[in-house]
Amino acid sequence: MAQKVLVLLGTKKGAFILESDGARRTWELRGPFCETWPLNHVVADPNTGTIYAGGGNEWFGPAVWKSDDLGATWSHSSEGLSYPAGEEPVKSVWSLAAGDGALYAGVEPAGLFRSDDGGQSWTHVKGLRDHPTRPDWQPGGAGLILHSLIPDPRDPQRLWVGISAAGVFHTADGGDTWEPRNQGTRCDYLPEGQKYPEFGQCVHSIAMAAGMSDRLYQQNHCGMYRSDDGGKHWQSIENGLPSSFGFPAAAHPRDPSTLYLLPLNGDSAGRYVPDGKAAVWRSRDGGDSWQDLREGLPQQNAFFGVLRQAMATDTLDRAGVYFGTGSGEVYASADEGDTWSCAARHLPAILSVETLVVDA
Amino acid sequence: MSATTVTVWLPAALVALFPGAPRQVEIEADTVDDVMNGLNDRWPGMRDRLCDSTPRIRRHINVFVDGERATLQTRLPPGTDVTVLTAISGG
Repeated sequence: MAQKVLVLLGTKKGAFILESDGARRTWELRGPFCETWPLNHVVADPNTGTIYAGGGNEWFGPAVWKSDDLGATWSHSSEGLSYPAGEEPVKSVWSLAAGDGALYAGVEPAGLFRSDDGGQSWTHVKGLRDHPTRPDWQPGGAGLILHSLIPDPRDPQRLWVGISAAGVFHTADGGDTWEPRNQGTRCDYLPEGQKYPEFGQCVHSIAMAAGMSDRLYQQNHCGMYRSDDGGKHWQSIENGLPSSFGFPAAAHPRDPSTLYLLPLNGDSAGRYVPDGKAAVWRSRDGGDSWQDLREGLPQQNAFFGVLRQAMATDTLDRAGVYFGTGSGEVYASADEGDTWSCAARHLPAILSVETLVVDA
Repeated sequence: MSATTVTVWLPAALVALFPGAPRQVEIEADTVDDVMNGLNDRWPGMRDRLCDSTPRIRRHINVFVDGERATLQTRLPPGTDVTVLTAISGG
């Protein structure tokens, strides 16, 4: 059966969809969708083909949009997507993840919601905000946001989240209780002797290795890491990379040792690609060594950044790799990152990139 | 005592989110809070777009009652006009 690939784009002004056949040589752009709302994350449930888009509008607040027809029509809801009266209200939805029939939403200020009816209504997963560390969670540059929402495909009770800047948290009981999982990730912004706290790390993104739910990769504000025990311990994998700073991390769809990162030049150096030359960095050995992938990417005067949810792989063989820039360009590779081409340009600032492969 | 009927004017950016909703609607309401609930009865979810969970009118939404900026608690004289506007916002 022939297949087609949809690249789902969340932008500062609506959702867009890039579409191609399995060869992924040319791309057709559709959008903007969702009344040009700022959308932090657009994802698809691969089991149903339903597309969800989460964001927050300065006028109208947070909501999750939904399309059952690959983007042709959309509806929105925020029923139940709120904290109790008197608490600081939910400002926006930051991350979405489908797993085991449930849909999860991470929001700002940091908290987690679950929907069991395909995004029509939401229930607060209270255990996370009941965590005793919560009064001490500090916001990162984008606010106190919950992103990197990773359900375990092999155990629906297990879930990891990243909160900026509170760190990685894990539940093994469906969200009732949580524990910080930050051992080994450092905080360069804290004084000597305090750089490895239990929580308070500025996690930028987490990616789960294919078929190995205890192997997690992390791009942090301060370094890149791998864990082989579900986040209990992290080890640095930044040796060989041009920088210890970046936002996204994307795992290969089948090979648990292949990871893609997009290092930027540093948190106080502009946060764009080093030396104005764009490169995706790929490891084939779990982060022990790195290769820079540049063919087809701009190698002069490139001063863009790529945000935490703006890089993804697809499930085709060979895997496609995609990233979207803060200046509205999408770059695509149909050969696991070896070569690249520009699939779209002149879009609004791109906040997220995800993929969906469906029968053509 | 039965509630009074007021005329509510809605912004285009709001009605675009609720297919079939008109720009002008008559609602039985004694307060702005009643207006929000009345809108939500007709178009489920509309209150969430205009009010947060504090609860209060969203920061960048303005509701005017007879030309004066209102809160959810503002009482409505019979026959009054309630105008919902989107504030200057965005970028």
